[in-house]
Amino acid sequence: MRGNRPTRGSERKAGTVSQSAVQPTPASPTPEGGHLLEIRDLHVEFRTGEGVAKVINGVSYHLDAGETLAVLGESGSGKSVTAQAIMGILDTPPAVIRSGQIRYQGRDLLTQSEEQRRQVRGTEIAMIFQDALSALNPTFPVGWQIGETLRQRAGMSRGDARRRAIELMELVKIPAAANRLGDYPHQFSGGMRQRVMIAMALALDPKVLIADEPTTALDVTVQAQIMDLLSDLRRDLRMAIILITHDLGVVAGVADRIAVMYAGRIVEHADVRSLYKAPAHPYTKGLLKSIPRLDFQGQQLSTIRGLPPNLMRIPSGCPFHPRCPYVQQVCVDVVPHDLVLGDGRTSACHFAQEVRDDRAR
Amino acid sequence: MVRFILRRLLQMVLAFFGTTLIVYALMFAGQGDPIQALAGERPVTEAQRAYLTEKFHLDRTGIDGFFYRYFDYIRNLLQGDLGESLTGRQIGDILAAAWPVTIKLALIAMTVTVLVGVTAGVLAGIRRASIFDNSTLLLTLVVLAVPTIVLAPIAQYLLGVRWQLFPPTAGADPDFYALLLPGIVLGSLSLATALRLTRTSVAENLRADYVRTARSKGLVKRRIVGIHVLRNSLIPVVTFLGVELGNLMGGAIITEGVFNIPGVGFNLFRAIRTEDGPLVVGIVSVLVVVYLIANLVVDVLYAVLDPRIRYE
Repeated sequence: MRGNRPTRGSERKAGTVSQSAVQPTPASPTPEGGHLLEIRDLHVEFRTGEGVAKVINGVSYHLDAGETLAVLGESGSGKSVTAQAIMGILDTPPAVIRSGQIRYQGRDLLTQSEEQRRQVRGTEIAMIFQDALSALNPTFPVGWQIGETLRQRAGMSRGDARRRAIELMELVKIPAAANRLGDYPHQFSGGMRQRVMIAMALALDPKVLIADEPTTALDVTVQAQIMDLLSDLRRDLRMAIILITHDLGVVAGVADRIAVMYAGRIVEHADVRSLYKAPAHPYTKGLLKSIPRLDFQGQQLSTIRGLPPNLMRIPSGCPFHPRCPYVQQVCVDVVPHDLVLGDGRTSACHFAQEVRDDRAR
Repeated sequence: MVRFILRRLLQMVLAFFGTTLIVYALMFAGQGDPIQALAGERPVTEAQRAYLTEKFHLDRTGIDGFFYRYFDYIRNLLQGDLGESLTGRQIGDILAAAWPVTIKLALIAMTVTVLVGVTAGVLAGIRRASIFDNSTLLLTLVVLAVPTIVLAPIAQYLLGVRWQLFPPTAGADPDFYALLLPGIVLGSLSLATALRLTRTSVAENLRADYVRTARSKGLVKRRIVGIHVLRNSLIPVVTFLGVELGNLMGGAIITEGVFNIPGVGFNLFRAIRTEDGPLVVGIVSVLVVVYLIANLVVDVLYAVLDPRIRYE
């Protein structure tokens, strides 16, 4: 359908966005020197019958208006939990936010009342989920579900909400949008369902879109279409996107910066280009090496040995040390701090520079 | 959908003939001398015997005679003639008097089930593991464990006789108030089941992904639970209630017996006890139809509630 990925700053294709559909929001005024969204030293635990799982252990990252940050990590690394903490949709219990700040436009969301936080959802920060089939309500038509946000949150009339829902569905390029308004989620294909989710998330012109593994449940060609759509929308609507994924391939084309998470920590943080060129954390390095490549045929695929840690018993020192090829005694004893490597890069590794400069392994 | 209903109606015709045949066979095939059974202890004269033999086509014997009488019965049934009870009354008249009472009783039981069972189930589902949840769980367990044959007399004695809050028996042509206690007793079992079903369904749906989506849309909690969760949770509950309404219509034998309510179950019980074959077959035939229609309505309702279900 749409083969070539649009380069940034290229002429916008005619009809990509219906002009009346969404007024591009101007980059929001952020307070002096502050970021649009900033997470500071977030700690989240899950308290279950079996014990306390430390899911998030001091995560900090930030997002500026209009940029795309990819949060990368395996299952259980805490990337989705961080996102749900930002949205304020964590189930508490079992989740407990121990400490930290989530500052949106300078205000700490964690100190706000539930009602204040509800006002932020959808209008300021919106979210789309991995499996659009289960994330949409199976018993209501999609047009109704998109319109619900508009009616409930923007006070639109039924007719206006309906018209706007069609515009939104056209915006995310659902063919024959007006005819599909009354269809139910199960009547759409996987890719179209994810577009419905995106349309719903865009209903209130959010400044931040959190996309939690938006393409994981889709096949590869559809993945590319959805990623293209997201990067088009980001440019046209001047949104910032937090893209949560475990797929390095998805990230490369769309993200500006990458934060790599492991065991509830950000282990490496860099712009996409330098991270791919010279990863400065052994974990990132392992991830990059485990991507199958067409130009190295007949070789065994490299893997990271061992398993992700049990979050109820996180290893001492650097949590990655039992799996790390660079491991030294200091890694077992001392928790590494973020090492600043310049150009906004950080790596939570005692040997960050050595790892970065070591091209052999 | 129309084709589905038509096919189901055809199946209903088959089911109707099948069940009536079985009940007819069970009631009459076992009898040694139906004429003597009709007369009871009294002697039967030759003239009477000859008259009755001709009237009931008893001159035909064996399997051939059985089917002849069965189809004769069905022919009359289809013409709206349910025949005569052994007591000499028209079965149609007996049912016409009994049905309104049973329907009233079933509706009271159903109302109690929906109002109390579903409401409490939703609350228990929302506040899982709360005191309310645990106490309803315990209470429903007790209700489910105690059979109606025990529960009904206890309720009758305590509420009707001891504390005199309700009339202990209904009697002929009972009013709403007289049917209230029997209705509650009759509904208590389906109430307990409906409560637990609703609770589980609500609790399960509250954890569903679409609830997370609804929250991230910034909807108020009342709307998330009241619209999104409830709509999905009630699909199995409504299905259960539909089947249960069919059960309540026919299954009130014990309750109607204990409270002396002249409904369908009461008459059926009496007919079985007095070996009144024609009346038993007549009542059961009508109950079969009621039950089949209730099931059809449930299936149609299911498709209306859950858009994912399509009938071909």
